[in-house]
Amino acid sequence: MAEPLITADVVAAHGIKPDEWERLLDILGREPTFTELGIFSAMWNEHCSYKSSKIHLKKLPTTGPQVICGPGENAGVVDIGDGQAVIFKMESHNHPSYIEPHQGAATGVGGILRDVFTMGARPIAAMNALSFGLPDHPKTAHLVKGVVEGIGSYGNAFGVPTVGGEVRFHAAYNGNCLVNAFAAGLADADKIFYSAASGVGMPVVYLGAKTGRDGVGGATMASAEFDDTIEEKRPTVQVGDPFTEKRLLEACLELMASGAVISIQDMGAAGLTCSAVEMGDKGGLGIKLQLDDVPQRETGMTAYEMMLSESQERMLMVLKPEKEAEARAIFEKWDLDFAIVGETIPEDRFLILHGNEVKADIPLSKLSSSAPEYDRPWVPTPPPAPLGEVPEIGAMDGLRALIGSPSHAHKGWVYEQYDSQVGADTLVTPGLPAGVVRVHGTGKALAFTSDVTPRYVKANPVEGGRQAVAEAYRNLTAVGALPLAATDNLNFGNPEKPEIMGQFVGALQGIGEACRALDMPIVSGNVSLYNETDGKGILPTPTIGAVGLLRTMDELIAGRPAEGDLAVLVGETRGHLGQSALLAEAFGIEAGDAPPVDLVAERRNGEFVRANRKAIRACTDLSDGGLALAAFEMAEGAGLGVTLDVTGTPALFGEDQARYLLAVAPGDLAGLQAAAQAAGVPLTRVGQFGGAVVSMGGDSAPMAELSRLYRTAFADKVGL
Amino acid sequence: MKAAVVTFPGSNCDRDLAVAFAAAGFEVQRVWHKDNALPDGVDVVGVPGGFSFGDYLRCGAIAAQSPISAAIRSHADRGGYVLGICNGFQVLTEMGLLPGVLMRNAGLRFVCRTVTLRVATAQSDFTSAYARGQEIRIPVAHHDGNYTIDAEGLARLRGEDRIAFTYAENPNGSMGDIAGVLSENRRVLGMMPHPERATEPALGSADGRGLFASLMRGMALA
Repeated sequence: MAEPLITADVVAAHGIKPDEWERLLDILGREPTFTELGIFSAMWNEHCSYKSSKIHLKKLPTTGPQVICGPGENAGVVDIGDGQAVIFKMESHNHPSYIEPHQGAATGVGGILRDVFTMGARPIAAMNALSFGLPDHPKTAHLVKGVVEGIGSYGNAFGVPTVGGEVRFHAAYNGNCLVNAFAAGLADADKIFYSAASGVGMPVVYLGAKTGRDGVGGATMASAEFDDTIEEKRPTVQVGDPFTEKRLLEACLELMASGAVISIQDMGAAGLTCSAVEMGDKGGLGIKLQLDDVPQRETGMTAYEMMLSESQERMLMVLKPEKEAEARAIFEKWDLDFAIVGETIPEDRFLILHGNEVKADIPLSKLSSSAPEYDRPWVPTPPPAPLGEVPEIGAMDGLRALIGSPSHAHKGWVYEQYDSQVGADTLVTPGLPAGVVRVHGTGKALAFTSDVTPRYVKANPVEGGRQAVAEAYRNLTAVGALPLAATDNLNFGNPEKPEIMGQFVGALQGIGEACRALDMPIVSGNVSLYNETDGKGILPTPTIGAVGLLRTMDELIAGRPAEGDLAVLVGETRGHLGQSALLAEAFGIEAGDAPPVDLVAERRNGEFVRANRKAIRACTDLSDGGLALAAFEMAEGAGLGVTLDVTGTPALFGEDQARYLLAVAPGDLAGLQAAAQAAGVPLTRVGQFGGAVVSMGGDSAPMAELSRLYRTAFADKVGL
Repeated sequence: MKAAVVTFPGSNCDRDLAVAFAAAGFEVQRVWHKDNALPDGVDVVGVPGGFSFGDYLRCGAIAAQSPISAAIRSHADRGGYVLGICNGFQVLTEMGLLPGVLMRNAGLRFVCRTVTLRVATAQSDFTSAYARGQEIRIPVAHHDGNYTIDAEGLARLRGEDRIAFTYAENPNGSMGDIAGVLSENRRVLGMMPHPERATEPALGSADGRGLFASLMRGMALA
């Protein structure tokens, strides 16, 4: 079949910039074939190459005694003792989800699960962080419904409990929703599988589902801004099949246990191209593929289409040749495709054959290691103007504004659509600060949280970056877990704009500082740039997914306040209202600076909470909505009222950091106070749980009335 | 006592069910859906939750045609015990071992939450450790749990005391708030809620233990 001519338009349509075109010609010493152009486009787009972000990502802390494998593989690997490891990563599927919410979100979940089980881990927990446009925007209800249904349909059928996440609404996401999916798995620390190929002449094996035309060019699409032609891009979204993924999981784990696997890589963005190049590049080898042997779902597929297809539920593996029969039998048992499609070669070549023709012949290392890298110009975000006069508001009106807003209302509508208990090891289901899943067959458990406050990052990227990590640290601490490590999912606008690049650089600085101070290295991550529609960027949204360890189940803080428990505040309150949820929800004011983050206080207060867990019945971190919202949520979850002896909007709704609210049995207060004094931790009794009324700041309302608002606002406001 | 837990390619609660059987003292064997026979001496077959064959169309319909399903049918015909949970309940209705069908939830959404069940009969080897009318907390997690049966069938279930559990607050629109039903000989139970997820206080409820304990005791006496 004749391939299209390579014209300037065709090059531009592949997202290849003029300087990159020159580089490409240099590498090949000739014009590329159409298939080669597609391969370069897939490997050099922002999504796969990290060309704008790489030089800044290198500044993040990625090591520590607990880290077995940091960024660069499919997911990060962290030691949890007893020869076991937790393997996790977070990844965005923003553009596909905006175009086709159900399938976009579903395949986002599928992709992140594959990243985890490619490394030999059985997935044990999932989370997702979702950002949508305003509730009354015409697309929002459709997106929320589709995304939540898509996440549920995939995770539930696959059989991974979804134990946490975030859902927020803001006008900045009207034209560009964010879907960030997290997955964590469990493996023996000495049985982790990596992607580097080794050995010459080893068979390259294709596993899983067949290749179709779905998703051709998806990674290039995900690296472009949106405009009003977006609807035409629907055919670039893939379709997920969790049933096949489940079989692929079981077959891969059986295969790994058989000792047949030299290296393995899932086919995600840029499918066969990216997975083959990664394996070859990391192993310092070339790869030859014979495309006629690729299992195909459709007839007449071209080399270009096969190399760029993003059909889901596929893996590529380098196999020990003597184990071929055994490996094939495992895949036949699970009714999955197993085909030898190529071999490793000693030369630095990516050689693609189809029919009797050479469709591509590229120096392999130039596609990945030598991909373009940019130090894009950036300008620091100017300091925000100070917060002016704050309008007055009664405590109950303030509380109603928060709990009646979909960003802060009860999220049961969302998480009840996710199976949070499959596996029968879930100790804390969604709704508390962090989800907790027991390590199967042991007394250990892992805690999971995902956090970021985009308003803060926009106002002050450095402080906002610090805060996202600090909040994750607090949420893990609030269930009694020791924070171990984190993954970052960095969602930003167009990096070619210096002010956007400035947000990125600033946020990474803050994230790096906090990760160092709180001993939470970044072990994996994903960058999603060009989140813009018609030139308008999203709020900078560097989502932090974090994992903590409970060495025994006794360390778990998962209780609810009991009648008569004291409400005790840990940390210092200054009443910082800049960029607060109260101002945003009650008055539409997003002004002032982000709250300052004192990383020393964060660490000290967190250590205090974990050291004194026996005196703590229940704990939550203070974040959006401050003390008032935290106390309300804690009481509401226990079916109690709460009285706070605190007055004034700044003290009730301020969002000072490094704070926790505890429920403490009256008899335990004195001991806790003594411990706090010894540790130099500010600790204040601020009220009491009990009764049926919420009372604070000289204002009160029946809990039943507030609870009704809190539990109905999400569906009502979004129109679900 | 010997329990066999079936794995279809899309089962995902098979391990959880095996763990719950083992914790109750059963000797557990795992069975693959392509097997033609159950292991010798099996007393109870567990058909677990999950999405047996993806279940994109009619849940459990393809699983009902698996080789192992014929063996399960023979086991039941011989008076053997069968426990179908969630997708397992759907499979058992598709096989015709239990009457009725599981339709899409009335709310058209997947529902995962811990619900209160009422034990509708204690007269079965699955429920004898409970008292009739006792309320227990068990999680549900399904998209198609809306139990539906014709009027005559419903009257018969009621007349023969074959409704095992009902929902205190119905999460899926099922007829008569039905959460689980028994076969005519009371040795096949299908239920949408997951007792295997409620076997220890750390999981939020240990109320599911009674079902496995009932079975252990009932089979010992049988």
